[in-house]
Formats: sequence, structure tokens, C-alpha cells
Amino acid sequence: MHILAFLIRRAVQALVVMFVISLIGFTIQSNLGDPLRELVGQSVSEAEREALRGEMGLKDPFAVQYARFLSKAVRGDLGTSYFFKRPALEVIADKFSATFELVIGATLIFVSLSVPAGIYCAINPQSWPARAIMSFSIIGISVPVFLTAIFLVWFFGVELGWLPAFGRGETLALPWGWETGFLTADGLAHLLLPSVTLSSIMLPLFIRLIRAEMMEAMGTEYVRFAQAKGLSPRRIRYVHAFRNTLLPVVTVGGLQIGTLIAYTILTETVFQWPGMGFLFLEAVNRVDTPLIIAYIIVVGLIFVIVNTIVDLIYTLINPMVKLPGARA
Amino acid sequence: MPLLDIRDLHVAFPSGRREVEALRGVDLTLERGERLGVVGESGAGKSMLAFAILDLIAPPGRITAGSIFFDGRDILRLPEPAIRDIRGNRISMIFQDPMMTLNPVLTIGTQMIETLRAHRDISKAAARRLSVERLKQVSIPSAESRIDAYPHELSGGLRQRVVIAIALLTEPEIIIADEPTTALDVTIQAEIMALILRLCRENNVGLILITHDLGVVAEVTERLMIMYAGLCVEAGPTRRLIDAPAHPYTRGLLGALPQKARRGARLDQIPGSMPPITALPSGCAYHPRCPLATARCAAEAPAFRAGVACHHAERAESRA
Ligand SMILES: Nc1ncnc2c1ncn2[C@@H]1O[C@H](COP(=O)(O)OP(=O)(O)OP(=O)(O)O)[C@@H](O)[C@H]1O
Ligand SMILES: [Mg+2]
Repeated sequence: MHILAFLIRRAVQALVVMFVISLIGFTIQSNLGDPLRELVGQSVSEAEREALRGEMGLKDPFAVQYARFLSKAVRGDLGTSYFFKRPALEVIADKFSATFELVIGATLIFVSLSVPAGIYCAINPQSWPARAIMSFSIIGISVPVFLTAIFLVWFFGVELGWLPAFGRGETLALPWGWETGFLTADGLAHLLLPSVTLSSIMLPLFIRLIRAEMMEAMGTEYVRFAQAKGLSPRRIRYVHAFRNTLLPVVTVGGLQIGTLIAYTILTETVFQWPGMGFLFLEAVNRVDTPLIIAYIIVVGLIFVIVNTIVDLIYTLINPMVKLPGARA
Repeated sequence: MPLLDIRDLHVAFPSGRREVEALRGVDLTLERGERLGVVGESGAGKSMLAFAILDLIAPPGRITAGSIFFDGRDILRLPEPAIRDIRGNRISMIFQDPMMTLNPVLTIGTQMIETLRAHRDISKAAARRLSVERLKQVSIPSAESRIDAYPHELSGGLRQRVVIAIALLTEPEIIIADEPTTALDVTIQAEIMALILRLCRENNVGLILITHDLGVVAEVTERLMIMYAGLCVEAGPTRRLIDAPAHPYTRGLLGALPQKARRGARLDQIPGSMPPITALPSGCAYHPRCPLATARCAAEAPAFRAGVACHHAERAESRA
């Protein structure tokens, strides 16, 4: 019941956010490029064009045009891509699985590395591995992603020739048009360099965050009390201290999702990864306005959904925040 | 042989290139079931002493010398697992601020059950039953449901009761209570103190009570230890110390008259303040504040003899 109330409240917030994004998207569309140029040939006279504009409603007031845009959008019609001559949403949906798997791969990498590294650095701050990890993370934060990407392509792809540096490799078709690279060795090999690149943005940040939060937790009174109770160091570290670092880590993690999505554009472009980000950059180059708008709206939607999930996780792991309507 | 026998305990912290001492050679004994009060102004080293007993001095601080014999074995020479067998099992602690002592993301039950299971071969269900029983012993209403509550759902007083219940879980031989009521509302301080006293008496548990409140010490403890700047300056039966203090510092704490040793009496009547451990005066550390100080006091630290460390113990006594 209280989960439902929470979800309803979040859904309303999400609607407001989506409304604003769609407004921005539509404003861009109505000011960018001339849809007629894409639709009709050079031979059509200016008078005919004017007539067509009237027919298509392009001379209607902004509010009327926007309402039309919106009513189509909620029915899943975000316009037709000029280049692909197919519904923009369909074009994006085809690329969704590639981007999704890239983000999942990157997340798996940075979470599975930053958690043990952060904890280790917090517990043995003076040891040389900890110092090395911290120096690496300072360098990591300041190296631009495209340099990391180009280095990886050159070193593992070109110089050593160990790993493929372009494309998605072999994929398997799953139901609902989902293409997965997770289930083939070739797909996984192709996933490695792009997801390492994408994770390199988050890795130093999370190592430092987990280390700082963990050190703070280890100095608290409740950790001293846990020690005085005679608990094992393992239990004190992982159950008492680490549990308390999850809250800030999840919060910051939620805030970073936007950054991660933004960097998929760069990563996918460098690795020719056939995902939404690569598609978006191509759409920008081709001034494929409907596709650009559709991308912005889809990414906005993903962002809103993921943030809601993060909030939900946050409430579930934080006993201090009760969902509205929950037992106090 | 006393249950707890601490000899010449030194604790030091690095300060710049040298080390400064927070405890400078403290002796302490506690018999089975005995209740000892430890009194002194802020910074005297009372909490250091408490944590040292469990070998829990937080780095970079460390125990530099001395021995802590508990039940015939020197804790400082035991391997870590053997010390953990004592911590929270045979010697448990009650901290000052119940708002900070309990882990905010774990339920009361989890924090009790884990303590039992760290020390006993016991099923979760049995540990839970025992925990509920202890919560009832410390008068927590509806203990069966409160055990699943998170700390923030309880008031400060109830939380301290939970901490006391945790301290009692494993039937310890000694409880160290470091200012267990200071952080609580005045109206419930007496209640909590009475609870600790009753439980210690009923279960024949030894108590080391650290406090600023001489009135409480007079009611609860049998013996008293007065600390100043990392040293024990006077020790003896509580009644004797309050009726006839031998050390000028004890006299200062009590105010001029023993009757002042009532509940809530503040220890702020002495002019000046405790020196920081980084800048201890020469000789007797108390001499700059002492009304009886002479040239000898500034030159030479007094030895601890017949329960007091003062060059002028007799004079102080005769004046009392
Ligand atoms: N981490 C530390 N580094 C350096 N000195 C410390 C540290 N912790 C405590 N001290 C010093 O050790 C001395 C004793 O501290 P302790 O906490 O034992 O005092 P206390 O008697 O418990 O005081 P209070 O009544 O305020 O609790 C103090 O002078 C304090 O400044
Ligand atoms: Mg203290």
C-alpha cells in the first residue's frame, strides 16, 4: 500500500519532468531546420510550400502545435526520422539494447572494482596498495575519457590485437526484438573495451567516495560499540560500517546516472558501438530533428525511471526514511 | 586475587615528532561484584582508561606500558581472538550517548542477537528469546515488538536501556559505564542510574562507573578513584574519600564541605582548568591550581602512597 503511494507520487513528479522535457524538445524542433526541405524536392515552388505548411499545421500557434505534438507523443509517435524514413521511436528502440548492455557492463565493472578498492583503502589507508589506488584515482579523475578510450583502442585493439575495438560483435536475438551480446564470447569481447572506458568515469569517483564514507563510518561511536561488543572485524566492517556507506553511495550513484548516459554518446562514437548515443550523434550530423527530439525524450524518460528506482532503493535501505503511509 | 588488576598503565598519542601521555601510570583493582567510581574533570583520562581495559584505544593512540590482569591473565598479552572473547562477553561497556551508540541501519534485535552469537553457540531463535527477556529486564515496554524497531524509533532513555540490555546479555563479570547518563534528559538520569545499580547488585556484576557527578558516585559505588591529568591522585572507600578527602584536588572537587557532595553538584569550583596532555606542568600536575602548593610540588612529582599522591596529604587531611 505505502509502496503504491510512493510510486503514485513519483509518477506525478515524473510526468511533470517529462512534460518539461517534451516542451524543450518541441521548442528545439520548431526552431531547428525546415521539415519541408526534407519532405519535398527542390522543384516545389514557394507558393506550394506555403500551402503545404498550412496543411501540416506549421502556421498554427505554438500552443496548438505543441498540443498536437504532445498528443501524438503519448501515443508513442515521436515523428518520423528524415534519414531512416521510419518512426523515430522505432529506430531508437532498435538501438536500446546495445546502450543498455554497455551501461550494465560499465556498472558491473565499476561497482565490482570500487567497492573492494574503497573498503581496502579505508581500512589500510597507509599501505602502499592503498596509496597506489588513491594516486591512480586522482589521475583517473583528471584524464579525459576520450584519451582513455583512444589509449585502450590503440593498446589492446591495435598494438596487442587482443580485443576488438569496434562494433558489438556477434549478438543473439531474444524475444521482443532484444539483441544481446552477453551470451556470445564474441559479444562479450566486444563489450569489454567500451564498458571499461565508460566505467573509467565512475571508478575513481566511487573509490574515493566509498573510501571517505567508510573511513567516516569506521570512526563512529556505533563502530566503537560494535568493537566493544566483541564482534569480529569482518562483521564490524561489512555489516556495521559498510551498510552505513550504502546510503551516500546510492545517493551519489543516482546523481551520476545522468553523467553515465551522457558519456555513452562519446564512448559509443569512439567504439562505433551501435547504440542510442552513436545514433544520436549521427542524427545531429544529419540534422535529423525528429530523431534528435525522440532521443532527448527517451533519455529523459530513462533518467526519470532510473531515478525513481534509486529513490526506492534508498528508502528501502534507510530505516530513517519511511515511505509515506508506512508504520512509524 | 582481584578480578581486575591494572598496573602502571601508560597510554600515549603521537604529537608532532614525540609522544604525549594521556595515561601516565595508572593502577586500578576491582574485586568480583565491586563497584568503583572514577571521577575527574574533563580530559583527566577517564575514557582512555575505560577503552584501555578492553584494549580498544583508537589509533594512533596506543598502550605503551603496563599490564591489565583480568581473571589472572594479562589482556595486553592475549592474542586478538582471546581479547574478543572478553570484550562484550566478560567485560561489557555502556557508552555515554545512546543516540550515537546504536547502529542506525540495524534493528535493535540484530544488534542484540549478533552480540550473543559472537560469544555463544546459540541459535538465532534462542538468541532472540534471550534478547527479549533482557529488554524486559530493563523495563522496555512491549519488548516483543520493540526488538524489531530501529534505534531512531526509540527515545534517548529507551535507547540507553537497550544499550544496558546489550551490556547485560552475556552475563558479564564487569560493566564499564562511561558517563552513562550525561547525555540523557535530567528527569530520567536517576532512573537509568538506579537501573544500572539494581542490575549490578542482582547479578553480582562489577561496575566501573565513570562520572562527573559525585552525588551519584556516593550512592552507587563502594570505592572511588580520583583522576587528574592521566594519573590516579587518590583512591579509597567512597565514604572515606567524601568524608575525609586527603588530596587537595579531591577536596576541590567536593567543594570545601562534604555536604556539597549531593546529586548534580558540578565539578567546576576549582579555579583554572585541567592542563592539556601536551603541556603538563612540572612536578605535581595539580600544583598550579593547588592552594597548598610549595616549591617542592613544582619540582618533584609526589609518589602514590597510602591511597594518595600528594606531598601535603597530611596537611590537607588535618584541615578537612
Ligand atoms: N585521539 C587523540 N589524540 C590526542 N589526544 C587525545 C586523543 N583522544 C584523547 N586525547 C587526550 O587524552 C586526554 C584524556 O582524554 P579522555 O577522553 O580520556 O578524557 P576524559 O577524562 O574521559 O574526559 P571527559 O570527561 O571529557 O570525557 C585528553 O587530554 C585528550 O585531549
Ligand atoms: Mg570521557
